[in-house]
Amino acid sequence: MQPEEVDAARDAALAAIAAATDLDDLKRVRTEHAGDRSPLALANREIGALPPQARKEAGQRVGQARGAVNQALAARQEVLDAEQAERILVEETVDVTLTTDRVPAGARHPITTGSELIADIFVAMGWEVAEGPVIEAEWLNFDALNLGPDHPARTMQDTFWTASPDGAGVESGVVLRTHTSPVQARTMLTRTPPIYVVCPGRVFRTDEYDATHSPMFHQVEGLAIDEGISMAHLKGTLDHFASQLFGEGITTRFRPSYFPFTEPSAEVDLRCFVCKGEDAATCRTCRGEGWIEWGGCGVVNPRVLTACGVDADRYTGFAFGMGIDRTLMFRHGLSDLRALFEGDIRFTTAFGTEL
Amino acid sequence: MKAPLSWIKEYVDLPAEVTTEQLTDRLTDLGLKLEAIHSAADGITGPLVVGKVLTMDPEPQKNGKTINWCTVDVGDANGTGEPQGIVCGAHNFAPGDLVVVILPGGVLPGNFEISARKTYGHLSAGMICSARELGLGEDHDGIIVLPADAGAPGTDAFDVLGLREEVIEFEINPDRAYGLSLRGIAREAALGFDGTTYRDPALRATPAADAAGYPVVVDDAAGCPVFVARTVTGFDPAALTPAWLAERITHAGMRPISLAVDITNYVMLETGRPIHGYDLDKLQGTIRVRRASEGERMTTLDGAERTLSAEDLVVTDDSGIIGLGGVMGGETTEMSDVTTNILVEAAHWDATSMFRTGKRHKISSEAGKRNERGVDPTICEAAADRVVELLVELGGGTVAPGVTVVGTPPAAPSVRIDYDLPARISGIAIDSETVVADLQAIGASVDADADGITVTPPPWRPDITDPFDLVEEVVRIVGYDQVPSVLPREAAGRGLTRPQRLRRRIGRTLAGAGCVEVVSFPFVGPASFDALGLPADDVRRKTVLLANPLSAEEPAYTTTLLPGVLKAAARNIGRGAPGVALFETGTVAFPVDRGPAPIYGVDRRPDVAELDKLYEALPRQPLHLAVVLAGERERAGWWGSGREAGWSDAIGLVRRLGEELGVTVEPRRAVLMPWHPGRCAELTVGEVVLGHAGELHPQVCAGLGLPARSAALEIDLDQLMDLATVVVPGPSFSSFPVAKEDVALVVDADVPSASVEAALREGAGDLLESVRLFDVYTGEQIGEGRKSLAFALRFRATDRTLTEGEAGAARDAAVARAAEVVGAVQR
Ligand SMILES: [Zn+2]
Repeated sequence: MQPEEVDAARDAALAAIAAATDLDDLKRVRTEHAGDRSPLALANREIGALPPQARKEAGQRVGQARGAVNQALAARQEVLDAEQAERILVEETVDVTLTTDRVPAGARHPITTGSELIADIFVAMGWEVAEGPVIEAEWLNFDALNLGPDHPARTMQDTFWTASPDGAGVESGVVLRTHTSPVQARTMLTRTPPIYVVCPGRVFRTDEYDATHSPMFHQVEGLAIDEGISMAHLKGTLDHFASQLFGEGITTRFRPSYFPFTEPSAEVDLRCFVCKGEDAATCRTCRGEGWIEWGGCGVVNPRVLTACGVDADRYTGFAFGMGIDRTLMFRHGLSDLRALFEGDIRFTTAFGTEL
Repeated sequence: MKAPLSWIKEYVDLPAEVTTEQLTDRLTDLGLKLEAIHSAADGITGPLVVGKVLTMDPEPQKNGKTINWCTVDVGDANGTGEPQGIVCGAHNFAPGDLVVVILPGGVLPGNFEISARKTYGHLSAGMICSARELGLGEDHDGIIVLPADAGAPGTDAFDVLGLREEVIEFEINPDRAYGLSLRGIAREAALGFDGTTYRDPALRATPAADAAGYPVVVDDAAGCPVFVARTVTGFDPAALTPAWLAERITHAGMRPISLAVDITNYVMLETGRPIHGYDLDKLQGTIRVRRASEGERMTTLDGAERTLSAEDLVVTDDSGIIGLGGVMGGETTEMSDVTTNILVEAAHWDATSMFRTGKRHKISSEAGKRNERGVDPTICEAAADRVVELLVELGGGTVAPGVTVVGTPPAAPSVRIDYDLPARISGIAIDSETVVADLQAIGASVDADADGITVTPPPWRPDITDPFDLVEEVVRIVGYDQVPSVLPREAAGRGLTRPQRLRRRIGRTLAGAGCVEVVSFPFVGPASFDALGLPADDVRRKTVLLANPLSAEEPAYTTTLLPGVLKAAARNIGRGAPGVALFETGTVAFPVDRGPAPIYGVDRRPDVAELDKLYEALPRQPLHLAVVLAGERERAGWWGSGREAGWSDAIGLVRRLGEELGVTVEPRRAVLMPWHPGRCAELTVGEVVLGHAGELHPQVCAGLGLPARSAALEIDLDQLMDLATVVVPGPSFSSFPVAKEDVALVVDADVPSASVEAALREGAGDLLESVRLFDVYTGEQIGEGRKSLAFALRFRATDRTLTEGEAGAARDAAVARAAEVVGAVQR
């Protein structure tokens, strides 16, 4: 092959490479211009047959031409590879707005997560969470708490009594607990002060079922027994509880009240966490009061301490209790208590797995 | 308790600038909680005026009724000064009478808007009002005829009728029974504002007891410590209750009945002391107070025949029982519309006995409410005297000679209190002077010495028995708002208990698996168990029964959570959910065969044996978990079709929970309703059976309205949590390459795959890292009654790369063991 033919073959190859538009095209160009039967490959093979003096020059020329072609091929390959990768990514574009709800989400009940939230507030203060059975001894539910046999709360109107296995006319001495207070009694009976416990749980009263009443509801009660405990500690604890649950600056106030197991007793109101008492007139949460009735509390009646084996001369205590369901109702603006017990997944899933 | 404001102010001179809100705020702060402030005019808007009837023409109608076409002078109230034409159906008035007229534009209670309208051929422009229409009482159908001096025509009638009166409704706590009287409320109002004067309506000079009084004998002085009787003769039974008295007792929430009865009620509201009036002419011989004999009978004035208990206090005369003392009078001596001679009884009764009798006979009355909470025992004479005074003044009676007083009021026990107790208990700095002054302010007599104070509570405060009761009195006067806010010392708590943490973990695991938690009522009945198809002897039918269930259909506390979750699932499906996965955790109850739970005293802690006896009498109450998976478990979508929930989802969830808690849960075939007999597993950990899971019986699904093939599980969570791994041992594993071997084994169709897998594990030896079933095949190639199970075995050594020969030998050993144990044949 003449030198000018080699140059021509090289130029043809370079032109074809530059013209290749895709990888298939380039593959064909590679075979045609750099393959075993390509002009430059044939020229290379001819070199051996040349006279020795011509070999060197021809070898150099053909070698340079082939080098240039291979370089161009590699460069073009890189470009086309990149182009193809790019194109595949574009082609693989999906509609990211498609639904993804193959397995529907689960949720925990707000009474569960609400109880846990409350428990955690107290656990963070070093309190413990105490529990007890729902079907409870009458003595623990009433007598031990200074609700004597002639207390109105013991009449059939409020309490679910269990039937005695011995038949009608015999009192079983067993009730569905009407409050979580028997857990306080159990705690005092089994532990020695200092006692700091919070008791969330399910309770029962024979109330008709409507938007604001339920025969089954949930309470959280707290009990602190220590040396030197006063109403001031009760107020401090409830203020802290209120601010943790409803926001910084939300406090409580006391009004005189009556509960058999506390003396002095108080009703505790929560500063409205929506209007903060400032624009109460138009507030739907507190209905113009600036305060929300939250629960009851007081200093543990020394008679209760005595019945539960706590030295009433040495220790004093405070106790408080409020409805968890009711607290959730105003915290989350629920209008009908029954939504909590219907089990409609649209209600519960709105609360997720933590409150 | 409802108290008209003007009545309160009769006994206390409040500062003029004090508004009703300030008064009720102060009383609430003192412990008389405001329930509501009512206005007697609630629901009425004017114009409501005095009218003078000018003409009145009766016009008989076709329907048999006669209406009156009236013209009424309403002054300038109608804007014209012309007489107002009004049709009126009542007949108890005459031309010249003053009446109450509501003009067009006014509104009566019940949102009844008045307008001029054509009726009976006239344009009737307004209405002549009856007491009922104004919401002032129910008893008179006729219209109100005002006294002649009530006011000129056109005068605003709100004042004339006392409709501007504000009535304060209080919620009275059980320890403040004195608040059930105007006497007590006014006393608290005086306490609330410095420098106010209080006039005790029960403080009056009364005639001394003498021998001329009606004969009374009290056999049970503990039950009836004081019995006062007075006599009024010549009372006019036709005398009407004056408007002011009727208004007051109506505002206080009682119904006017007759003058004599209204007077006894009025004095009860005024003083808090219930009074009973007898028709003197029906009494026979000596009045006697005693306990009833068991089974004795009487008819109370509500007409009910009652069988008495030996605990009931009764009043008798020679004819027998004439009253259930302090609770309700008897029929035979009741005052009637011809009674002219009246015996007034003001007696003090034992509060506990009153409570028990009221409860036993289900009698709830205004008198009983006061007697059972405790009434001032020292005012019987004053109250009786007040009744006598009003009977004479308003009913034209004469005071008969003779005053009967039997017994003396029991003395209030004194209470000793340390000076610093109120400060220690409240956390407020309260000095000794304040303590003494506040106790005196509530009416106690106080004897202060160097060490403390001996306090004799006032007679209207039987609730004060303990030092802490006195603390409350002092603190409420100092003000609950003075209590500082101080956190107690930091307690060294131990955090959540292990079961508490595990329960949270279980809940999160289930929610993470797409399950939604529900909270159901635990009440069930036979129908609930029928719906589950439970056989008659199923242990779950043996329930703890309630003595007073809300519904006779659901009288029991449940033994299973399934009724609740299944009902909730059906409700969701019924509301259009394509599928639901619900879970519930809660305690269930199984009765124990023990006698009643004991009731101990409260003067000491019960001992250990006594407490054990108490706890043992309670039902067994394990914590259960139930899950229902109904309908779509995975949704259909652009990714392909959805998947219906099935038996394996239910079993899988329990195994998943086991993994979460470090417990290996093994399912075993079982047959138990409400599950499909061929698709139910009992879930075991070793020999412990946690519960059951699988597909629900088709009849159960159909009966409850659940999609076919819905699945469910119920397990005992207490048991699962007991078995949970406490400290996970750190796992160690090899990083040498894995050798994978797949085997397909043919076994009889009823051989559980778990048995095949167990045999493979056993045979494979220590080199086996894992074995997993990845395919089940049945078909002609395998043969009738046979199935092929494909397992992936993974082998790995801890110290070297396994050779092909080593892995193959282990696989062969595994297959050989499976052949030996379960008759497996390699395909
Ligand atoms: Zn508000």
